[in-house]
Amino acid sequence: MAAIEILGLEKTYSVGFWRKQPKCALRPLHLTVNEGEIFGFLGPNGAGKTTTLKLLMGLVYPTGGSARILGREINDPQMKAQIGFLPEQPYFYDYLTAGELLEYYAQLCGVAAKERRRRVSEVLVQVGLPDAGGVQLRKFSKGMLQRVGIAQAILHDPKVLFFDEPMSGLDPMGRREVRDLMEQLKQKGKTVFFSTHILSDAESLCDRVAIIHHGELRGIGAVADLTSSVEGKVEIVWHGNFMPASVKALTSEHHLTGDTVRAVVLEGNEDAVIDALRRERLRIISLTPVRTSLEEYFIRKLRPSEAAAGVRS
Amino acid sequence: MSARIVHIASNTFREAVRDRVLYNLIAFAVLISGAAILVGQISIGIERLVVVNLGLTAVSLFGVVIAIFIGIGLVSKEIDKRTLYTVLSRPVQRWEFIVGKFFGLAGTLVVNTFFMAIGVFAALLYVSRQFQAADSWILVALYFIVLEFLIITALALLFSSFSSPLLSAVFAFSLFVIGSFAEDLRAFASMAKGATHWLATAAAYLVPNLSSLNVITSVAHEQPVAAQLIVSNTLYALVYAGMALCGAVLIFEHRNLK
Repeated sequence: MAAIEILGLEKTYSVGFWRKQPKCALRPLHLTVNEGEIFGFLGPNGAGKTTTLKLLMGLVYPTGGSARILGREINDPQMKAQIGFLPEQPYFYDYLTAGELLEYYAQLCGVAAKERRRRVSEVLVQVGLPDAGGVQLRKFSKGMLQRVGIAQAILHDPKVLFFDEPMSGLDPMGRREVRDLMEQLKQKGKTVFFSTHILSDAESLCDRVAIIHHGELRGIGAVADLTSSVEGKVEIVWHGNFMPASVKALTSEHHLTGDTVRAVVLEGNEDAVIDALRRERLRIISLTPVRTSLEEYFIRKLRPSEAAAGVRS
Repeated sequence: MSARIVHIASNTFREAVRDRVLYNLIAFAVLISGAAILVGQISIGIERLVVVNLGLTAVSLFGVVIAIFIGIGLVSKEIDKRTLYTVLSRPVQRWEFIVGKFFGLAGTLVVNTFFMAIGVFAALLYVSRQFQAADSWILVALYFIVLEFLIITALALLFSSFSSPLLSAVFAFSLFVIGSFAEDLRAFASMAKGATHWLATAAAYLVPNLSSLNVITSVAHEQPVAAQLIVSNTLYALVYAGMALCGAVLIFEHRNLK
């Protein structure tokens, strides 16, 4: 069964003094997320990622289309008991301690009184804040608040999780921990739908991604498929601090870093380059076909509108 | 009542307590004890009248200020700070949120009024040396003040559900002032003619009739309050606050939380 079905969901705001000027935040979006997958919702700032998440959470109402989560309508309270949501740059009641906040949210989710304390302690450990339960949230750093945000999303053991920019505000260690947590959630059979503009996170985590720009879906597919196309180029890395003249003529680009040289050559030229490097007695470290990275795919999908925007301006 | 409304109400109460709202009790205590001591020294025979008048008026004004200034932020602050997102993404209906917030602030005001009432009775005991039967009507006046708070809280919540805190404060405070003179407005409406009559009558019935909830002067003069007035004021306050609350729910139900 599909965990999330988005059927032509769209949102247009009325702006201006008389509210007569339409501003399209999301064009009709069709998307299906399967149960148990980590789905990345990618796009630059202002692309419509947060609008989509707010529509799915019932925080804003769509101007068209519909969506179903776990087979239920988006405003169904029974469905809401089975989802968790981390908003972008979360802000919580800062007069509460982390423990009190989580207990409050557990009450709203209907977690049984006996289980509440145990769940709160468990999730605080899970997000790396085992000793912060008694500290008021106004004393928390941005990264700690982000961790509390993740804790409140997973508190009631939901089936589907929605994370809006979950790595935002986290240091490299924190980002690694969140990645690990998301993988653990997937292993437990949870569905994770997360928006991000950090492509390396999406590439390392997601089963599938969708790219959105100017409120329009630009591409969707499995990360492995999107990044597997070979570009007809080979990357050769060797030990050394110079580029032999005989090799330079065969490469399309090269970079020198410390005592390593990295060069990209067209397929078919690699034998000639290897021969030339051997003649110079340079040690070859690796030789790999160049594949499209998610970043390149992303930029390619965004480019047409940027070009069009350039023409318009 | 749904358990979620109770949880939202308790959290609203906790917020008010932690934001030191009840600190107003200190100012009230200073005011009432100062007044009692001063009245005891300068007035002869009207100590009770002055203490009851001053005490109950202070209870009313302190509470109205709290109801307006906290009530106007109950919804708008949650939207601005986005604390609402993690609440409404749970199995919480929008109407439950509004009703929970209302009961949370109403509860805060009841607790606040309870402590202020103790202050008023303590001051009264200080100046009169003993209680008398007519003092029990002070409890009715306090009950009416609580009813007034319910109306003001519901109105502040109504304005908070669609406008900025500043505008909400202006609207709610204006209605409080006009409502305090509602009887005068009705008298004017009955005397006016033509379009003015209709406009004044409409306005008189639209604004909350807070003047009928004000029995401070008669209670201070040891006059009893009719049982019929208690019943009609209770019904009026519940219906008016209920309607304002329904308005707040209707607006909030359709609002996009950008």
